[in-house]
Amino acid sequence: MDMTFAEKILSKYSNLKEIVPGQIVTVQPDHLLTHDNTAAIIQKIKPEINEYGIYSKSLPIIVLDHVIPASSEKTANNHKIIREFVKNNKIENFFDVGNGICHQLVIEKGLALPGKLLLGSDSHTCSYGAIAAFSSGIDRTEAASLLLTGETWLKVPKSIKIDLTGFLNPGVYSKDLILHIIGDISASGANYCSVEFHGNVKNFTIDDRFTIANMGIEMGAKNALFFYDEVTKKYLNQIGVTDSSYNPINADIGAKYYKELKYNLNEISPVVACPHTVDNVKSVEEVTNIDIQQCLIGTCTNGRFSDLKIAAEILKDKKIDSDVRLLILPASKDIFEKALNYGIIEILVKAGGVILPPGCGPCLGAHQGVLAPGERCLSTANRNFKGRMGCKEAEIYLASPATVAASALFGKITDPREVIDK
Amino acid sequence: MKIWRYGDNIDTDMLFPGKYVYTCSIAEEIKPHLLEDLDPSFSKNVKEGDIIIAGKNFGCGSSREQPVIGLKAVGIKTVIAISYARIFYRSAINQGLFLIECPEAVEAYSDGDKVEIDMENGKIFVGNKTFIFPKLPEQIIAIRDAGGLLEYTRQKLKKR
Ligand code: SF4
Repeated sequence: MDMTFAEKILSKYSNLKEIVPGQIVTVQPDHLLTHDNTAAIIQKIKPEINEYGIYSKSLPIIVLDHVIPASSEKTANNHKIIREFVKNNKIENFFDVGNGICHQLVIEKGLALPGKLLLGSDSHTCSYGAIAAFSSGIDRTEAASLLLTGETWLKVPKSIKIDLTGFLNPGVYSKDLILHIIGDISASGANYCSVEFHGNVKNFTIDDRFTIANMGIEMGAKNALFFYDEVTKKYLNQIGVTDSSYNPINADIGAKYYKELKYNLNEISPVVACPHTVDNVKSVEEVTNIDIQQCLIGTCTNGRFSDLKIAAEILKDKKIDSDVRLLILPASKDIFEKALNYGIIEILVKAGGVILPPGCGPCLGAHQGVLAPGERCLSTANRNFKGRMGCKEAEIYLASPATVAASALFGKITDPREVIDK
Repeated sequence: MKIWRYGDNIDTDMLFPGKYVYTCSIAEEIKPHLLEDLDPSFSKNVKEGDIIIAGKNFGCGSSREQPVIGLKAVGIKTVIAISYARIFYRSAINQGLFLIECPEAVEAYSDGDKVEIDMENGKIFVGNKTFIFPKLPEQIIAIRDAGGLLEYTRQKLKKR
């Protein structure tokens, strides 16, 4: 029987020959990602950890990234509890404050590989579809149970095939594509589904794929992925992963899809997701001239080297508008270092940018860059929910790094093609 | 019993704002902030046995357990929605909060209608209409009956 990617990988991990959408299967993931929430997770199972120990020390990946450096005694103490847990249990993959955002590190450190299965107690765990892995978010209680047993249940999802043709025009990026799709099918348009990207994807770098897979959850998807190809192979070689360390999985040609969608990349233009839902997507022309007080370039969606480079190209030898604050949030220490070496950080700082430590920063409104009532922020993040950046009377707009950089120059939402063409 | 009626895409930040995620984790800390930004009257007036009726994609957004823990702690009997976001749905199963996905019942409801639920037989009565909701898979029932996932895991570990 021909199977989709999700059906194939879940049948492999559940040791069942044939599985069908809707079926519940038990799987043992290769890794379990947790972050600052590890403290709360281990709190739930303290006696069990003492009695039985954790399932394996290579299963967890723990990253301190959400509230870093600690903003209060309480968060500092959480970090401390996690560090002690890591030491006592000899956890192999631990990244302390300053290394970067969890999802970036999982990919950058070669922990997500083609054909592997990863789960994480963070909704954007779906990002590793960029590298042809199956990955999905779970909750804290499940993470606790997984730490002890190494296994959990998954429902086999229906699959959606998105076929891409053509090429993106200058000034249009993968962020515009994924926002366009979410606007089109809605924030619940892919609920419970596995979303496969097919067609003309060879021009999408791993960074581009990351942005798209990362936002799979914003249309409700269980996972979203690009298949293993030359682009994946080259990236993995670059980070020192040899071909022999993984086995890619492809969907079968005759696989059955619940929905098939087609998008012509030539027809995509810069877009902005307006408050307060990610699917409230408008073309940039419809919202130009809306005043903004804060710009954010970064997060696990768009804080990579290529994103910072695009912003630097737009902001080189210029100054941002005096009424706007520009926050720069590199997704990892390695990205930060590379951007330093290439003079990109210097350009961004000279233009008026404030560099934040590699981590989640203002993205979740827990500290740093919190908005005031009545303020608007244009951000490259993945969520614009009411209150997301710490204030329910503030508004968040989402766009590509190019749109955010161009808008920072004028203090209002600006079509990036206006500054890129010149 | 009161029915709390909400729309589509009730996200995890509306249910429980992100700014409290790392400072509130137990039920008593969570309760006052439930639905704070969307409906400040909720946490003040909600009572044991109340029901939430909502639209599409209830619980979308972050992997955040506080909404489920909070809704359970204030005594919400069930949520009836057109659909749920998957992490929220899993979370509810794992915490033993009972969710019902039944678009027809949501659409049939109008303000003031009486709503009753027959959990055993999978029936919802809205006004004078009856709706049926599907049974849960066995594995899920086992988790629920154990009293949530952690209890289920504990029992499993003991048997090893
Ligand atoms: S950057 Fe934002 S979306 Fe990404 S993991 Fe951090 S808080 Fe979540």
